[in-house]
Amino acid sequence: MFRLEKRPTPSTFWIYATPFLAVALTMVAGGILFAILGKDPVAAIKLIFFDPLFSADYASYARPQLLVKAGPLILIAIGLSLGFRAGIWNIGAEGQYVIGALCGAAAGLAFFPTDSRWVFPLMVAAGALGGFLWAMIPAILRTKFNTNEILVSLLLVYVAKQLIASAALNFLRNPDGAGFPGSRNLAQIPAMANPELIPGTGLHWGGVAAILAVGVAYVMLQRHILGYQIKLAGQAPRAARFAGVNSDRLIVLCMGFSGALAGMAGFFEVSGPAGQITIDFGAGYGFTAIIVAFLGRLNPIGIFFAGLLMALTYIGGELAQLVLGLPAAAIQAFQGMLLFFLLAVDLLANYRIRFILPGAR
Amino acid sequence: MTLQVRAGEVLGIGGVAGNGQDELLLALSGEVRARPEAIQLGGKPVGAMGPNERRHAGLLTAPEERLGHAAAPDMSLTENAFLTGADRKRLTRNGFVDWRETQIFAEDIIKTFDVRTPGPGVAARALSGGNLQKFVIGREILQNPFVIVVNQPTWGVDAAAAAFIRQALLDRAAAGAAVLVISQDIDEILEIADKFAALNGGRLSEPVPTEGLTVDRIGLMLGGAQGHSGAEEVQHVPA
Repeated sequence: MFRLEKRPTPSTFWIYATPFLAVALTMVAGGILFAILGKDPVAAIKLIFFDPLFSADYASYARPQLLVKAGPLILIAIGLSLGFRAGIWNIGAEGQYVIGALCGAAAGLAFFPTDSRWVFPLMVAAGALGGFLWAMIPAILRTKFNTNEILVSLLLVYVAKQLIASAALNFLRNPDGAGFPGSRNLAQIPAMANPELIPGTGLHWGGVAAILAVGVAYVMLQRHILGYQIKLAGQAPRAARFAGVNSDRLIVLCMGFSGALAGMAGFFEVSGPAGQITIDFGAGYGFTAIIVAFLGRLNPIGIFFAGLLMALTYIGGELAQLVLGLPAAAIQAFQGMLLFFLLAVDLLANYRIRFILPGAR
Repeated sequence: MTLQVRAGEVLGIGGVAGNGQDELLLALSGEVRARPEAIQLGGKPVGAMGPNERRHAGLLTAPEERLGHAAAPDMSLTENAFLTGADRKRLTRNGFVDWRETQIFAEDIIKTFDVRTPGPGVAARALSGGNLQKFVIGREILQNPFVIVVNQPTWGVDAAAAAFIRQALLDRAAAGAAVLVISQDIDEILEIADKFAALNGGRLSEPVPTEGLTVDRIGLMLGGAQGHSGAEEVQHVPA
């Protein structure tokens, strides 16, 4: 028999050890899943976690992809983590990401054709603003009418997807595109493209923004009064009220900040790796970033590494699909398992497992 | 209710739990706001102010619940010192927390109020009730308040710490502050307060001097024999 005993204070060791344990457990459970699907589990795990970085056959393609995929994940997760720490649950980053892409692309294309150097910064700002405003909908509904920001932000994802699909078919459709849906390809317009900055690294402006966001979030949480208020509101809401923390202001700030970062990530994606607004723009980064935020323990540095790891499972997952013929859904299940195990082993940080002999008390 | 505390005076508010003690503290701390004139500090209306503006004006409070209300359980004592001390101890620079200064403040509280702890980096949760209470009361008193309001200042606290806290409140009154002690411990009120008022069903009795107060009279007052209606709260401190 075993029994759970609450720890007086969370175990520092397990707080840092649980992400690693969760990854290990995900590998085991994922391996079992792949074995049931009739694939060699060891080969599949190696293909996902090892080959993208070290295999001679795949690394030249896969390594740069790491930053391409990690950039938006980190950028979005950093924004989400601040709200999550304060107990403000923005689950709709995917929607803010899509709206950011839409607004950023639309702002640039309004000036087409142009070669002004100011267009790109304008587009970044428009993307951030779009994501910010989209996040303001759940934020203001929460502060004025006490609606649930989880539901409102989540449902707005589907509204955002319809909006971008409509834009791809109507007002942003490429006039020179032979009637096909989708906007002009921003990546082919020099003034609007978000290219790889250092060849072979996969680093584009989105990656730069992500690294900056990690630094800003770190300093804010450690030293700024706002970071203090965020932590206080999340840990002890009554003490936060006593300390005079304005919870409405905190909701607007956290939602707005995460929306702006998600919107920026969306724009960097549409102007770089994706290239254009399409009907089905949005690869689920906004949702995966939730996993990244928790995997990184809502800590900026942790999120940086969690983003890289999650990007690896994307790339490795694609490889596994190509090489082993694993279904895409199996890879998504694999990523989902990671969050599941992470939340499950979190128990170890707060509880101690005691084994008790039968009969003994 | 109407009440008035003068500079240098200790007013004790007694009553059985659940008669409005918590509400009174929330109304005075600024967590619940009122009309501007409803609460006055030396003639200045502070009723519409939030907790930080009231602290800035010199009205400091210490709620009953130590862990979770007066202090954040998982934060260090240094971080908890910042919780109410940010403004009066000038612990911020352009929006950034001056953690060095904050730690010095926390160490000052620990030393002056004899808080038994390995150091200011320890989480509030790890302290005993009495030590955390000394920290919480010390945090407010070392900010030199004009008015200090405490709810159940020695609840669940060992005798030595309780005596220490009571003396600290008396010292603060002697230094010219108005002290408002909300307590369910009538002996405590009789020991340190100049005046006594009873809280019953959200109504406050007329304050009477504690000197010569009989147990029978206190019993009657706690039972609501001298209720006073109205919704005003007036704090007045002549300079």
